[in-house]
Amino acid sequence: MSTSHRRGRPPSLDLVAGNGLINRRALLGQGIAVAGAMGAAGAITGAAAEPLKDEQWSLEFGSIMPPVQTASKYEKDVARSLSNPQGEFRNSHARTPHHLLSGTVTPSGLHFSINHAGVPDIDPAEHKLVIHGKVRQPLEFTLETLSRYPLTSRMAFVECAGNSAPMFSNQPLQVTAGAIHGLVSNSEWAGVKLSTLLDEAGIDPQAKWLVAEGADAQFLDRSIPVKKAYDDAMVAIYQNGERLMPGNGYPMRLLVPGYQGNMNVKFLRRIKVIDQPAYTFFETKNYSQILPGGKTWRFHFLMEVKSFITHPSFGHNLKGPGFYTISGVAYSGTGRIAKVMVSADGGKSWGEAALQDPVLDKAFTRFQMPWRWDGQPAVLQSRAWDEAGNVQPLRAEFVAARGETKQPLTTPLAFPNQHFNSITSWGIDRTGEIKHVYA
Amino acid sequence: MSMRKPLLALTLAFAFATGAAFAQSPAPSPGLGKPISEPDIKAWDIAVLPDGTNLPAGSGTSAQGAKVYAEKCIACHAEGGKGGGSPGAGPLVGGAPLTNGIDTAKTIANYYAYATTVFDYIRRAMPYNAPRSLKDEEVYALTAYILALNKLIGENDVMDAKTLPQVKMPNRDNFIMPYPDRI
Repeated sequence: MSTSHRRGRPPSLDLVAGNGLINRRALLGQGIAVAGAMGAAGAITGAAAEPLKDEQWSLEFGSIMPPVQTASKYEKDVARSLSNPQGEFRNSHARTPHHLLSGTVTPSGLHFSINHAGVPDIDPAEHKLVIHGKVRQPLEFTLETLSRYPLTSRMAFVECAGNSAPMFSNQPLQVTAGAIHGLVSNSEWAGVKLSTLLDEAGIDPQAKWLVAEGADAQFLDRSIPVKKAYDDAMVAIYQNGERLMPGNGYPMRLLVPGYQGNMNVKFLRRIKVIDQPAYTFFETKNYSQILPGGKTWRFHFLMEVKSFITHPSFGHNLKGPGFYTISGVAYSGTGRIAKVMVSADGGKSWGEAALQDPVLDKAFTRFQMPWRWDGQPAVLQSRAWDEAGNVQPLRAEFVAARGETKQPLTTPLAFPNQHFNSITSWGIDRTGEIKHVYA
Repeated sequence: MSMRKPLLALTLAFAFATGAAFAQSPAPSPGLGKPISEPDIKAWDIAVLPDGTNLPAGSGTSAQGAKVYAEKCIACHAEGGKGGGSPGAGPLVGGAPLTNGIDTAKTIANYYAYATTVFDYIRRAMPYNAPRSLKDEEVYALTAYILALNKLIGENDVMDAKTLPQVKMPNRDNFIMPYPDRI
């Protein structure tokens, strides 16, 4: 085996699957193992390094610091893609550029956002949250009062039920991982447990539902099972350590980890405890699915286990044969990720990827797989399992159960259906160009 | 560890105070919620339930709704609810069978389970440029107009808190809950 960590003794190359996938244990030794893998493969590329000199930026006094820093000017392309950049009088989507990010935390400014009637300009001093209906005593909360409660914080992904919808197309669209999968993001959220507030109001033990409503210009509302409210829901007031971004629900939102993004009601202003689901517009129409044969799914809630490779992916293109790290994110609305398998030969053979700690409940887990590309055509795929044993379906299985369009989509902005969680395939040709393929 | 007994005592005290009927899982709370009465919440209390719970007083007919529609809706939803007057303003009338494919456009007639959803959404979100500006009578009238366009009610049927929940929507019994144990 090639897992020696002793300095000066690089492990030998240990292939675990076809087309050059290397045992993930090679990553344990980090630089040493990487050098070993490359050396053993005999595939070090590029000319030798040039003699060093001091650069101009090291020889002069630097710029002043702004009160709130933003990304380097060289990173200006790391931006969300917008479905409605001119602010036309309709809904708007901003997608996270996953193909340009790493780690597990989505920077707040790059968190995806969908707004059906623009982003409301809410004065946090005037905003109110009311809890009423089947409770002993209706109560009103403000951002100030909620901020005085003991806060709970956790990592959680939020995913639009329509994320990855372009993959319902019967032909693969040639767009980035961000364009396909950009309606999921992952943040640390801090807030007050919803159960604390419901208990304070004294919820009727018979009640099974509540309806949560926002203060946007649609008064967007969704029915939420009380069961979820008492499991792990919170009223979130911080995102990655700062107050919520306006497009993510400022000043407060409902967080129902692992459930459809739309249920994580933003600009939360009202929770009414009720005895039946409300069949609101969004749960009736948009966030409900048509199945092959014409039956429909409603109250789906759960965002099922999923993963996708972010590096390398469409738009990156490989610079020549040699060592690469395949990397991506995996997550499940059911719980923790248990395992991610990676293939470089379109699913003929698979090797287990390394999971970066910590692996958290209903949150992004970053996986990595060392890989030596031999310059021949390859198809990269990832497939995730969660701790409950749920597995990400192969495309053929998924299409058999959920269907695909009869005509190819012409835009990645379309939502032919919801809850796509099958695997993504990136096809690499001999020139290193990467295309989105179905395999 | 020394905190345990007082915390337990406090929990028990709170449980007794809340009474048996409402104490689901009582826990000590900072108690910073400000009591408010249901009458003071009324202006916000707009969610209508499928059985008609929370429908307001008032009524409307298709003929009355046609007038409101011509004034406040037609610019986006086009004549006769055909849609296409504005991006995102889909058709309010018609709809293909859901057996046509997984990307069949979802409409009121081919998809909605309850007519109360039509009333609720018009009242909370329409017109798109002026939500909450319609009177309840206008919302009833527009709901009647749209349901009649779809032949889901008769031309002269009156929609009110009693009749609206009784409208049978074609797709009501055609759905599956994938995860019933989560409710």
